[in-house]
Amino acid sequence: MSEAVAHHDDLHDHKPTGIGRWLFSTNHKDIGTMYLVFALIMFFVGGAMAMIIRAELFQPGLQYVDPLFFNSMTTMHALIMIFGAVMPAGVGLANWLIPMMIGAPDMALPRMNNMSFWILPFAFAMLLSTLFMSGGAPNGGWTMYPPLVTQLNDAFPFLIFTVHFLGISSIMGAINIIATVFNMRAPGMSFMKLPLFVWTWIITAFLLIASLPVLAGAVTMLLTDKYFGTSFFDAAGGGDPVMFQHIFWFFGHPEVYILILPAFGIVSQIIPTFARKPLFGYESMVYATASIAFLSFFVWAHHMFTVGMPLAGELFFMYATMSIAVPTGVKIFNWVATMWKGSMTFETPMLFAIAFVMLFSIGGFTGLMMAITPVDFQYHDTYFIVAHFHYVLVPGAVFALFAAIYYWLPKWTGHMYDEKLGKLHFWLSVISVNVLFFPQHFIGLAGMPRRIPDYNMQFAEWNMISSLGGFVFGLSQLLFVWVVIKCIRGGEKASDQVWEGAHGLEWTLSSPPPFHSFTTPPRVTDAVAHS
Amino acid sequence: MSSSQGEYFIPEPSRWPLVGSVALFVAFVGAAGMLNGSGFGTFVFGIGIAALIYMFAGWFSDVIDESLTGNYNKQVDVSFRWGMSWFILSEVMFFAAFFGALYYARVLSVPWLSGEGNGFLTNQILWSEFTAAWPLSAMPDPSGFSQFQEVIPWNDIPLLNTIILLSSGVTVTFAHWALKKNNNKGLCWWLAATVVLGFIFVYFQAGEYVHAYQELNLKLDSGIYGSTFFILTGFHGFHVTMGATMLLVILIRAMKGHFTAENHFAFEGVAWYWHFVDVVWLGLFIFVYWL
Repeated sequence: MSEAVAHHDDLHDHKPTGIGRWLFSTNHKDIGTMYLVFALIMFFVGGAMAMIIRAELFQPGLQYVDPLFFNSMTTMHALIMIFGAVMPAGVGLANWLIPMMIGAPDMALPRMNNMSFWILPFAFAMLLSTLFMSGGAPNGGWTMYPPLVTQLNDAFPFLIFTVHFLGISSIMGAINIIATVFNMRAPGMSFMKLPLFVWTWIITAFLLIASLPVLAGAVTMLLTDKYFGTSFFDAAGGGDPVMFQHIFWFFGHPEVYILILPAFGIVSQIIPTFARKPLFGYESMVYATASIAFLSFFVWAHHMFTVGMPLAGELFFMYATMSIAVPTGVKIFNWVATMWKGSMTFETPMLFAIAFVMLFSIGGFTGLMMAITPVDFQYHDTYFIVAHFHYVLVPGAVFALFAAIYYWLPKWTGHMYDEKLGKLHFWLSVISVNVLFFPQHFIGLAGMPRRIPDYNMQFAEWNMISSLGGFVFGLSQLLFVWVVIKCIRGGEKASDQVWEGAHGLEWTLSSPPPFHSFTTPPRVTDAVAHS
Repeated sequence: MSSSQGEYFIPEPSRWPLVGSVALFVAFVGAAGMLNGSGFGTFVFGIGIAALIYMFAGWFSDVIDESLTGNYNKQVDVSFRWGMSWFILSEVMFFAAFFGALYYARVLSVPWLSGEGNGFLTNQILWSEFTAAWPLSAMPDPSGFSQFQEVIPWNDIPLLNTIILLSSGVTVTFAHWALKKNNNKGLCWWLAATVVLGFIFVYFQAGEYVHAYQELNLKLDSGIYGSTFFILTGFHGFHVTMGATMLLVILIRAMKGHFTAENHFAFEGVAWYWHFVDVVWLGLFIFVYWL
């Protein structure tokens, strides 16, 4: 090592201090931490709204909140969980892990990285401020269908601009991730040696760049329809409200994969570690992920089978949607085959990963049911769809995020988390989440509509059970916060490799890793590449 | 892939990202206030935009300093190139939403309203008198919309503007060729020509809007035709204005001798952007004005 390089290392390992370290950060780890903390806070804000929803639905009749506020809760819960919790958590992990996994010193564009993050608190301040406005917070559903959404009062422009604001953040974040992976890989780290988490994030970033501007366009048209006299979504002037749904879901369906693909990547890192076997079918995993992303642009109208489309449209979108089951099936098969005859241990990350595979599959199967156009006429806008997307997002995306935190937290903090408490968190979560969401399949099939604060007596028992599951699930997450805080404050010293079966560049760094990951790029050999 | 020419430049902590986030926040809150009719809106919006301009000036002057002091190696240059390329893709998708709306209205929903396809009942129940046409000057329910008879013909100002914008694509390429030969004078002159052509385009476009509003009564609220016409040409005109302003900044930098034949990403990034607005215009010319 030359003196110049040694000096430089010294310079960079000197961490900035005080509040400026966070406000003006150009460091991928600090920015990743801020993303994760922000996501956790939003998880509880959105979760509190879910608790209000489940409390109101505990019994039939109107108990605690008025119907308008109830609808605000469902709308805001969705917006906050999607844009404030799951997406930022995924970006936070990408920030922390991608430079370490590909052998880079930092993200490619570190200042832009910080702007992507700092937009979020301001954007959600805007969104949450609508709760206190005349006419209340957005209450027409997170999908913002006109003409309902344009009837909002003062909250309307705040809703639209929040979407624009978040879009700017996500597009900048996605550009940064692609530039980092394309340009910052260590020598020898070819594309087909990238850890699967990195692969899923390249593809997710592409989906973000291609779909979020379309959402920005759609909400811009809502804005001009309300304030500037355009008639994009007004049939009296020759427009069509259904057109909004088409444009929205052209964004909305890729968005679904934006939420879940990073989760696929996480699970693909964790299962090989604890099965102590290389990932089964690495290449097919990459191709399957890319196929899912590609197909996601051609299936959007399965969200609107009941809106009145021509038969050819219904059929096309039915078959296109079903074809997504093929690459998804490949992935599930590969995860199971990775575990097959592995020497498995069941630490908390592995438990969450296995629960992910099983419970995500349930959500996948109900998705397949709804892809069948004629039967979707029964499921549409009932609690069945609520059960479906909560299965893919909660024991799907959120469980994968928990798994990721438990898996990499020892690397980040240098301490092992409390395994006993972690397992307790897992069992409480996995039982309560099923009590929470499984009954919703039944009441949905029986005809209970979504986004309604009151319901018929016949749905009372299952709703009560579902609410009880919800309260337990909500409370269990406080335990997660405690486990994380405890781990940051101390605990058994973690080794560099942390897990016996872990492979990849991030495990070659110290625990905790240096402030800038790889100031000199490592040589990547097959031995340290993905297992 | 990796740097063989020294380390990748990681900037020191910077306040600009936070300034930018706050500026956008203030601008959005101000704009929302304006739309809600509250008195403070315009003032707050103005402050936000001013702060945004301050952020751009400060951030870019940092970047220019770092570039001129030789902090950026080849690898950093490649990061900028990827960044700009993917940003332009996101812009393409933004316009795709509006082109999609135009397609959907013209080809699908307007004919359905007049009873085509399986729109028979729609037509009978809603507006049975309605017949589809494009440009749609007779809206299903004309009350409350600005009525127009004529639209802007393609072979008038739009054709001239097409020639102007395509020529500016040529002049910016000549500027690039001059730059690659280290001919700074040629670079400046061709860039200046491009900037002038860009602003002439915007001037003509503005004149076309005045004509449409004052003489044709074709407005944003002229039904779906006016909506798609103004949102597409309006956002494009805004992008041309931005692009021409960026070119102007590049011209000033070129006059200061910032660019060399080897190191001139800023010029190329803006040139790419310029070609992008050019291509969008071609789409507009064909689908909005001509067909």
